[in-house]
Amino acid sequence: MTREYVDGATAIARAALRSGCDFFAGYPISPATPILLHMLRELPKVGGVGIEAEDEIGAISMCIGAAVAGARPMTATSGPGISLYSENIGLAIMGETPLVIVDVMRMGPATGGATTTAQGDVQFIRWGTSGGYPIIALSPSSVGECYLLTQRAFDLAERLRTPVFLLTDKDMVMSMATVDVDEYHDIPIGSRPRVPPAKPPAADGTRINAVTGRPDGRLRPEETYLPYDFEPIDVIPPTSPFGGPHITRFTTSCHDEHAFLTKDPQKVARLNEHLRAKIESRRHELEFGLVDRCEDAQVLFISYGTTARAMREAVARTRAEGIPASALTLHTLWPVPEQLIIDAARGHTRVVVAELNHGQYAREVERILYRHAALHRLPPPTIISLTRVDGRLLTPEQFLAELPSPQS
Amino acid sequence: MTVSTLAPLQTLDSYRNEREYPFCPGCGHTFILNHLEAALEQLQLPPTQVVLVSDIGCVGLSDQYFRTNAFHGLHGRSVAYATGIKLANPDLHVIVLMGDGGVGIGGTHLISAARRNIGITVLVFNNFNFGMTGGEHSVTTPPGAITATTRTGNLERPLDVCATVAVNGAGYVYRGTSFDKDLPDRIVEAVRYDGFALLDIWELCTAYFVVNNDFGRKELLGMLDVLGMETGVLQKLDRPEYARKLQDVRKRPTDGDSMSIRTIEPLYSSPLSRKLHVVLAGSAGAKVRSAAKAAGYAGVLSGLWVTQKDDYPSTVKSGHSVSELIFSPAEILYSGIAKPDVLVLISKEGLDQVRHLLAEMTADDLLVTIPEFSDVPTKARKLVLDPRNSGIRVTRTNLSLLLTATTLRALKIFPPAALEEAIRRFQARFAEENLKVVQAAATLLASVDVPSITL
Ligand SMILES: Cc1ncc(C[n+]2csc(CCOP(=O)(O)OP(=O)(O)O)c2C)c(N)n1
Ligand code: SF4
Ligand SMILES: [Mg+2]
Repeated sequence: MTREYVDGATAIARAALRSGCDFFAGYPISPATPILLHMLRELPKVGGVGIEAEDEIGAISMCIGAAVAGARPMTATSGPGISLYSENIGLAIMGETPLVIVDVMRMGPATGGATTTAQGDVQFIRWGTSGGYPIIALSPSSVGECYLLTQRAFDLAERLRTPVFLLTDKDMVMSMATVDVDEYHDIPIGSRPRVPPAKPPAADGTRINAVTGRPDGRLRPEETYLPYDFEPIDVIPPTSPFGGPHITRFTTSCHDEHAFLTKDPQKVARLNEHLRAKIESRRHELEFGLVDRCEDAQVLFISYGTTARAMREAVARTRAEGIPASALTLHTLWPVPEQLIIDAARGHTRVVVAELNHGQYAREVERILYRHAALHRLPPPTIISLTRVDGRLLTPEQFLAELPSPQS
Repeated sequence: MTVSTLAPLQTLDSYRNEREYPFCPGCGHTFILNHLEAALEQLQLPPTQVVLVSDIGCVGLSDQYFRTNAFHGLHGRSVAYATGIKLANPDLHVIVLMGDGGVGIGGTHLISAARRNIGITVLVFNNFNFGMTGGEHSVTTPPGAITATTRTGNLERPLDVCATVAVNGAGYVYRGTSFDKDLPDRIVEAVRYDGFALLDIWELCTAYFVVNNDFGRKELLGMLDVLGMETGVLQKLDRPEYARKLQDVRKRPTDGDSMSIRTIEPLYSSPLSRKLHVVLAGSAGAKVRSAAKAAGYAGVLSGLWVTQKDDYPSTVKSGHSVSELIFSPAEILYSGIAKPDVLVLISKEGLDQVRHLLAEMTADDLLVTIPEFSDVPTKARKLVLDPRNSGIRVTRTNLSLLLTATTLRALKIFPPAALEEAIRRFQARFAEENLKVVQAAATLLASVDVPSITL
């Protein structure tokens, strides 16, 4: 019965600190400002750095610079700020930089509604930088999940050396909620792979690659390891911070194993395949969600974030009245948790995807389920997109209206 | 020589690697980088402690020719990356290599770095145009100059980079040219300077600016005079360096731990058997949210689940402030309110925000308000409270709590002690005055007949 009365912003900041976050740069914007304020107040206490940057471009740039110098950074903003982050999100992907980006969604486009809840950034964060490379995005639907998924975001950002989004909204971050403290789960937080100490040359004078421990003729005189050596292709390459024992190179440009610019088609292809494969080959580790299946239910609801709460209430209500319904709360939005969706949908004739935008995730669900049905020559379920874009939450009644009437 | 792989702090005889510069013949970038090489040799810093941060453009290629750490980032953002690197590790020597194009697109980072006096060294490779993209004009292109984008002569006034950062607090500011014999010494001085150092180094883009303007060394030196831009060390200030200053601030005493879980064990109990939706509608700046928060804490102290959602305009001290509270004996999933069971109407601004809710309310619901709004049309039953009967001086800021406390007392969803405990525990700063208000609620409630409410 021990509880806390708290908002999501506190849970996110608390989880970030627990995850070893020691650097935060941000620029004030509703509804993400509470996270900035928490981090700037708390980081000095743990020996970290918190700074209000001159703008969002400065904020994410500082985070990336700090990350390469060994820090564990986080930044938080809302849609307009994500727009300004865009080019640097690409840099974080290209340079393989651990970075947690919190997007507290508000109504868009443009300045939109500063304190109005929406879920309109789902596809934007996925495709928000040039090139179309994969990103990871997690979406909490309770304060307890804000705490858990922030830690997961740090763990994944570090272990996979990649930017990870925590996609949330004004309602989750700024509203007070009651939390059973048993809902707070801590997970072990990994670290980016580190380059081991350098080794003396082999007997014949060949220099030893600190990462492989083997003689490596490719090493340049100043190098003790190769910063971008992808063997196998989806390996997360170990890194060494600026100021550490090795010389480290980092670059925004298409690069070879030394981080030198290259146009060599083979090397460019290998780099690009690596950036794709390092996320894609780990899909199975990234499928987080809450499946609540009801045998003989015809309808499966799928939702995420704040909207998932109304879904769960609707499902509880209809079951109490004897009409079954299933629910899938997505915690991972990107990469799309395909197996989770396919498994949850099995046996249902109707899938309702509910979100506060014009149906951005419904198209992913359609893609997955229609393809699955086609491949296995099964009848596809009817897929319905349940949306709302007036700044209010979808209500449980709107979910219930999608259920077949008891007579039918 | 070869670098030992075992002694990371060892310094080098040469900080250049064997790769040849890629620049056009006669390009000023080569000369400036030669000066940088000489400076690094004088400085004798461990290469693991040096980070060359390169911008975009031809100059952006520069980091690949040195045996130090390197960060090659986006166009115009090099100063911001350098800031992050320095903040994360103030021991590092961070040297930015940027063009006049980078100065233009990233001007705000440069100005902010100067204002902070962050300990980085910025070398501006100033060739008055964008070399890499084909000789377009930049923020430093002189008046009248011909470029790919100023075919009839530049009409814009050139940016005085040095004056801009100097007036904004840059600790060390120097202007010179790639032809200066003492440039290595100035770079050494700048790197050793503990603060923000900028060197604006004028040079020739032989592929574009030189060709387009019949421009050479003589013209470049002459232009300094024509534009009246001084050379040499233009500013050297005794200002604390930002990254270290930030470290010192960390050592100051703080408000202690404000992040650990503030657990609440239920001390009281509640007879509530269903979800109760309560809306407080008042004015911004009149402590509506804080009254709601006290009520929320009181609910949790009484074993209830509570949610609170606030709505207010971005001008936080004017306009409306509406707080939606839900109290429930079971976990609350959906936290929206379509129709309040109880609406506490505190002000005109609040009324204007909740007219749609008033329209939804039925005879089972309750409107609590002050005499001013006793006539608002609604099907809900009314409890009109005259604050003058509370026995205390009622102000704009304590009215919200007075009406909230009186309403909670009337509803009996938890004992009055729960609200008092919530205020003592979670709003300690104003506890004394707020507890007086809560006690006055008893007096106020005694002055009226309370309609019965089913919980
Ligand atoms: C955001 C962005 N806009 C435009 C470009 C294209 N671009 C590449 S280099 C450059 C100008 C570089 O000029 P400068 O900084 O003076 O360097 P220089 O080539 O003269 O050394 C531009 C605009 C880019 N890379 N990124
Ligand atoms: S284009 Fe201009 S700046 Fe670029 S290398 Fe050639 S001369 Fe130098
Ligand atoms: Mg230039």
